[in-house]
Amino acid sequence: MKKSHIFAIVIIAIAIGIIMSTAGDASTYVCFKDATQLASDGDDDKVHVVGKLKKNSEGEIIGMFYDPLIDANRFEFILIDNNNEAKTVIYNQPKPQDFEKSEQVVIVGRMKSDVFMADQIIMKCPSKYEDKELKQTANI
Amino acid sequence: MTHTTIGDIGHASIVISFIAAIIAAFSYWKASSAIHFLEETSAQKSWRIFARFFFYIHSIGIVGVVSSLFLIIKNHYYEYHYAWDHSSNSLPIYYMISSFWEGQEGSFLLWLFWHMILGLILIHQNKIWESPMMAVFCAVQAFLAYMILGSVLPVIDLKLGSSPFILLKDFMGALPVYKINPDYIPEDGTGLNPLLQNYWMVIHPPTLFLGFATTLIPFAYCIAGIWMGRYREWIRPALPWALFSAMVLGTGILMGGYWAYETLNFGGYWNWDPVENAVYVPWLVLVASIHTMITFKNSSTALRSTIILTISTFVLILYSTFLTRSGILGNASVHSFTDLGLSGQLLVYLLAFLFLSLALLVYKWKEIPSTEKEASIYSREFWIFVGATVLCLAGFQVLATTSIPVYNAILGLFGIKSNIAPPADQMEHYSKFQIWAGIAIAILSAIGQYFWWKKIDGKTLWDTLALPVLISMLSSMAIIYFTHLDHPIYILLATVSVFSVVANGFILYGILKSNYKLSGGAIAHIGVALMLIGILYSSGYSKVISQNNSGMTYSKEFSEEMNKENILLWRNDPEQMDDFTLLYKGQRLESPDFNGYINKDDILPLNEKSKVIAKKAINYKDKVYYKKGDTITIIPENTFYEVLYTKPNGDTFTLYPRAQVNPQMGLLASPDIKRFWGRDLYSFVSSIPIPDKEREWNPIEEHQLRIGDTVFLNDFVAVLRSVNRETNIPGILLGESDVAVKAHFRILGGNKNYDIYPLYIVLIKDQMVGQIPEIVEDLGVKITFLNINPTNGVFTFGVNTTQKDYIILKAIEKPAINILWLGTLLLIIGLIIAILRRYTEFIKMRVKGTEV
Repeated sequence: MKKSHIFAIVIIAIAIGIIMSTAGDASTYVCFKDATQLASDGDDDKVHVVGKLKKNSEGEIIGMFYDPLIDANRFEFILIDNNNEAKTVIYNQPKPQDFEKSEQVVIVGRMKSDVFMADQIIMKCPSKYEDKELKQTANI
Repeated sequence: MTHTTIGDIGHASIVISFIAAIIAAFSYWKASSAIHFLEETSAQKSWRIFARFFFYIHSIGIVGVVSSLFLIIKNHYYEYHYAWDHSSNSLPIYYMISSFWEGQEGSFLLWLFWHMILGLILIHQNKIWESPMMAVFCAVQAFLAYMILGSVLPVIDLKLGSSPFILLKDFMGALPVYKINPDYIPEDGTGLNPLLQNYWMVIHPPTLFLGFATTLIPFAYCIAGIWMGRYREWIRPALPWALFSAMVLGTGILMGGYWAYETLNFGGYWNWDPVENAVYVPWLVLVASIHTMITFKNSSTALRSTIILTISTFVLILYSTFLTRSGILGNASVHSFTDLGLSGQLLVYLLAFLFLSLALLVYKWKEIPSTEKEASIYSREFWIFVGATVLCLAGFQVLATTSIPVYNAILGLFGIKSNIAPPADQMEHYSKFQIWAGIAIAILSAIGQYFWWKKIDGKTLWDTLALPVLISMLSSMAIIYFTHLDHPIYILLATVSVFSVVANGFILYGILKSNYKLSGGAIAHIGVALMLIGILYSSGYSKVISQNNSGMTYSKEFSEEMNKENILLWRNDPEQMDDFTLLYKGQRLESPDFNGYINKDDILPLNEKSKVIAKKAINYKDKVYYKKGDTITIIPENTFYEVLYTKPNGDTFTLYPRAQVNPQMGLLASPDIKRFWGRDLYSFVSSIPIPDKEREWNPIEEHQLRIGDTVFLNDFVAVLRSVNRETNIPGILLGESDVAVKAHFRILGGNKNYDIYPLYIVLIKDQMVGQIPEIVEDLGVKITFLNINPTNGVFTFGVNTTQKDYIILKAIEKPAINILWLGTLLLIIGLIIAILRRYTEFIKMRVKGTEV
């Protein structure tokens, strides 16, 4: 076998290794039901859950709690996943400041008893076009 | 009045430049001939002249588009959506330039503009390659112009591209304003995102896009070379441009990293965000292609790899454009561009160049010369080739993970529902691979350089390398010992990086003795090795020092997940953090006319957001800048939080982390960094109380007081010391018969006493009574002077209490980050030296008439 062939085989092996490991590290988008199932099966992998904030009929967010005076590093809220299941989420960081505005929230973490411990929050805010409103000015 | 003409000129210019690019591409194609490559026929010549003419028309078109858009922004024509969305009346001229490329259409335009400039340079630089190379160039230009064409195909109602000249009315026509007044034009724009208003926004995007644009040059030469059957000759003109591209793109990427670190508060300079990865991967491949180009020039090996890598670089640039602008990253990235409906077009752009180059490559593959000879382990080619392979593998790993959302989309096309998400801990995922790439690159850059400059075989290998190995072993041992490196992989990375610095240092010393012009490689490699050391310490040993040990304890179940990385600072209440004593002193504002910070308590707001009145004299370094009652222009978007740091030895320094309350994006924090010789102390506010206007005050409590009476406010004792007539009230013009009365309260706080002076004003002429309350932010108390009873000398005061002022701060220590910046600088300098060398070489050959 020529040296270049050995070299090529090594490269291919590394590339396959990278792909396998990426597949192993990749997380999944799940709903709370699956997340609870995974956690109770002892699976320690972190998952992504996509959902919306719980709101009352007036559109106010409910179940959200952050008081920096008690603990600056604890933020709690309720997320409703795509199957309409609501769970309390705890995030051990200060509340992201534009959190209320987010249309959709992606949380990364895992279930612990009946609570989702998030260590990352990715917010999808409404696109800036919708957010900007034309202010009526006096010249109308 | 709507200025339609300028938009029409702009739009017409896009159409002209689009059509001219197509004609130029076609004519350059007709002018290209493999047979008459060196001596063009007269027919070819006339096609070439014709094509060149159309390229000039194309260039004029681009200049027309750019100037129209700029005039629209500069003259505040807010009837245009682009101006309204990206600029505002108060923007200074340099930010108007930035608002030009804040939007996607503008950034495409910037890209087109750079291509045009580069095209004009290339036409005059290299006549023999002009036709085939410019044919590729013009085809790319046509694709880019098509992105901003914004025309609708009449029959099938297909919109092509997104034009920057769309009117606001057409963009948001459904708004009720237009029903009342169809000619409505807003008076002010919504502005350039204030977070982006700093000098990086002026220089970073043009640099990055110049980097993007320059990757087209090696690609165009490469395609032209294969097409014309000049498989070897394209490399000489392409090499200096490839180096230039690597230098500019690298600078652009690192500028982005520095910007993210210094202003945007991403916490670090690199976050493996898809937007960052999308430029990192093509850069790695570009650098790999430079290495194989250099080996080819030296020993005629690795030609096929060079061709593949050069094409891949360009295709990867297109792929990253697609990733970041098509919206496919969706939930994976916080800040990818929004989808302008261009994803289809972007995909066509990507696939067109991917398949055309692949087809050409497959068709001509057999004709591309290759060597059958095996490279020996003791040859420089072998080591450089291994190095290039490592770079590609590193890029491949990043690409494989960044593309996860793409897999979902592709599987979705076949009806398979896939729910793969990016790794939960991206930093850890990427680092664990990239650290090995770093180790390999450090070793290979050292050994490769030795093989390059010295004749080495099996026998002399040890003799040559003994001294550098010995020196680096000793110095890395010292470094590991003194910096307490504990992790085995980190120890390995530190050792090999030191080895690379030492070995390249030896090489550099040798080169400098003979010909300094050849020193580019050694300097760039030392730079890379220093960057690796800087990254190792600043990221691997970055330490959050704002650990919070107060706070409540929760059930034990959660304790392992607790990372209390933020500390609460009450105003004027000292707090211990790591070795420092911290004191948050209050909110400050910035003025464009003043060097220092202005205390928010010393000023009164006016109706106009950017103007305030001084409540008392404002000094900076013992010089009075503003007298009481002066109007000061401020920058209202930014609030700075003054925090005094005291070291155990009594030394102090002050940091001013910034927060910005932005209606579109919520609160945006920027850090303030204290730079020590060996480390950075990076502090930012992670949370603040809700800004003034939304602040909640408890209901007013009324107190009837006489002079000398005391009252309890928010648990503090306050004494009414005096009530006096006041004649000079900032911001209010008092007539002769008007009366202003000032009360003086002294509040006995825990650490210090506060004097406050609420005002009561009677304007006789206007028959108006006014109160100007005063707030003690430290205590969260507001006192309003409500009434005076002249008969019995009783004064009525209203007291409101609220949350005391505080900030939540996070502080991170980043050791050795200056080594990273130093390495970056050396890498760029090394690349510049290499560009000069290769360009001189090209010019020499051109003078001799042997540029092919």
